[in-house]
Amino acid sequence: MNQKLYTVTVYSENHVGLLSQIANIFTRRFINIESLTVSASAINGVHKFTIICISDIKLLEKVVKQIEKKIDVLKAYCCTEDEVILREIALFKISTGTLLANNTIEGLVNKFNAKILEVNDHYTVIEKTGNQAEIQELYKTLEPTGILQFVRSGSVSITRSKYEQLSDFVASGVEL
Amino acid sequence: MKNKRKVNENISGSEILLLSLLEEETDTVFGYPGGAIMPVFDALYDYKKELRHILVRHEQAAVHAAQGYARVSGKVGVALVTSGPGATNTITGIADAMIDSTPVVVISGQVVSSLLGTDAFQEIDIVGISQPVTKWSYQVRKAEDIAWAVAQAFYIARTGRPGPVVLDFTKDAQLATAGYYYEKCKSIRSYIPCPSINKDSIRQAAEAINSAEKPFALVGQGVELGNAEKELLDFIEKAQIPSAWTLLGASVIPSEHQLNKGMLGMHGNLAPNLKTNECDVLIAIGMRFDDRVTGNLNEYAKQAKIIHFDIDPAETGKNVDVDIPVLGNVKETLPEVTKLLKKVSRNDWIESFDIAAQEEYDKVIENEIYGKEKYITMGEVVRCVSEATGDEAVIVTDVGQNQMMGARYSKRKNPRSFISSGGLGTMGFGLPAAIGAKIGAPDRTVCLFCGDGGIQMSIQELGTIMQSNVKVKIIILNNKYLGMVRQWQEMFHNKRYSATPMLNPDFVKLAESYRIKGRKVSQREDLNAAIGEMLEHNGAYLLEVEVEKKGMVFPMIPAGTAVTNVILEK
Repeated sequence: MNQKLYTVTVYSENHVGLLSQIANIFTRRFINIESLTVSASAINGVHKFTIICISDIKLLEKVVKQIEKKIDVLKAYCCTEDEVILREIALFKISTGTLLANNTIEGLVNKFNAKILEVNDHYTVIEKTGNQAEIQELYKTLEPTGILQFVRSGSVSITRSKYEQLSDFVASGVEL
Repeated sequence: MKNKRKVNENISGSEILLLSLLEEETDTVFGYPGGAIMPVFDALYDYKKELRHILVRHEQAAVHAAQGYARVSGKVGVALVTSGPGATNTITGIADAMIDSTPVVVISGQVVSSLLGTDAFQEIDIVGISQPVTKWSYQVRKAEDIAWAVAQAFYIARTGRPGPVVLDFTKDAQLATAGYYYEKCKSIRSYIPCPSINKDSIRQAAEAINSAEKPFALVGQGVELGNAEKELLDFIEKAQIPSAWTLLGASVIPSEHQLNKGMLGMHGNLAPNLKTNECDVLIAIGMRFDDRVTGNLNEYAKQAKIIHFDIDPAETGKNVDVDIPVLGNVKETLPEVTKLLKKVSRNDWIESFDIAAQEEYDKVIENEIYGKEKYITMGEVVRCVSEATGDEAVIVTDVGQNQMMGARYSKRKNPRSFISSGGLGTMGFGLPAAIGAKIGAPDRTVCLFCGDGGIQMSIQELGTIMQSNVKVKIIILNNKYLGMVRQWQEMFHNKRYSATPMLNPDFVKLAESYRIKGRKVSQREDLNAAIGEMLEHNGAYLLEVEVEKKGMVFPMIPAGTAVTNVILEK
């Protein structure tokens, strides 16, 4: 077993109950899902799942084929970390008092390419978009000053290849 | 009588359901009524002539009967049950149909839609529960969606790799009215039932077989599901490929065909198991390399180039690394390859199977089928029944020793003649499956082999046989043990017979109370006469045969060991 981080993308109909069917396939093979995002894709009426997991490629290829067997699934793909650009969004809430008292924070926000989303008397919300490591780094940097709340999203991904996912499906003549 | 109603006339959801079933050429429904499905049963009252309803005694049996019906006829089997326990009782049958690729549609009633999610009486999330064991599972809440859902359900169940579908109808959808218009489903954009044929893989497969010296074919149920028995024979005969079969592929090649080298797997024949690790090209056709066939994968056919014909892309490479996957329906892919095959003769290779076959005959088979000891043996009963039917019967088995004996020692001349629970190994499958098989093939003799354990897991179905006059022949191989488990206890658990001895009822008297004729045989000299009486009797018959208590199924490959690690005797 050669465990690595992979991104599984699934294109599907927008039907009730599909999420649990897909999750079940991972459960059967005892693969933990690290991150999951589901949203409308660029194609009208088609939904996209982005699933990040750590697994062995041979096992994951079997999982992908089993996902594709689900009636409502159009296509599923598996990509390595190098083949995709992954992005998460994180929100940090810190006390405005701390922000004003500590004049390094604004510099940090700029350095990390983050932005201040909202400021009021009580708190300030900072937004950071990046990969997991970048967000983690900002968290570590802000932590000593006190973080009131922190949330991060699941990852979204875009492929690095010139070839577009689902294009073979479109080419096969199926109307989307 | 298909269209009792005019198109677009407003009719009840229940009637729409029945008309839709008729559009899909359903003639028989196996079911059990209850609160949430009552409107459908009420509508059924007006369609008695067109739709025969078989009242089973337990919903699990409704699905197994639908499976038996589907397997013998090639049509989609239909089960009709109520919500809650009616629906949950079907799960074992649905799971069995899923793993054995059997096309069935299970229709369940559901509480009215306003009560969904409230833990209402007999409410259960059957769509959620059944999703992991169905090809498709769907809830219909509106009468106007019923015709569409039925069309989808039948299309999904029967196309590609077949499988079970659950349709859950809320009671208000059954009661409401809607316009009726039926259109058969021809495609679903997100579902590709059969992958398109790749010419390269066809050519590569043919080249590999043409350059092989010792090719060997493994034949599974996929051939039967694709109705490709003739295409298979053309293929193996042209290139003279010795062939063996999986449990579910037992009736694909006639038993007496010169290229039929027997059964694969744990209790399969010696020669095909040994030859798996000797051949140079292994050709898997509509089979899925189940662990009961392969044993230890690390020692499985490592010397051979492997070609895998299958309709399901998820099967190639799942258990065994495949060199040449040939995706598609074998009905189409096999002839494409056959065209490119060279006619050859391989007598040496084919005859090389005979040595191991003779060894197995001498050490195992002869004693088993001619019963030379005091007690009647299981194999002897199977041989006698098979011979008495001219090897023409549909053989149904339960699970366990009866199943292995049934597969090993019955012979088959025709396709769709062997019905068994392969993947799930469901004890209690046999009796209801035999009922379904007899209804699906009324002109054929249907013989069920089951043990004293398995029959009692669905013994209530004797009531179904009585009420619907189903003329099945039931042969109980009674060894007063859960025989297969007892065999493992003897071999691997120091003869500690934990929970395997059975105290049984008088099966013949039990049959009699269901007005089913029966007879018990304990002596060898009575066996053939009793079988004759059973087959001549115009009706259901229960033959209980008292067999050797500690009979064993050999050969045996212990679980998880190499396919060549065959134990022939105690």
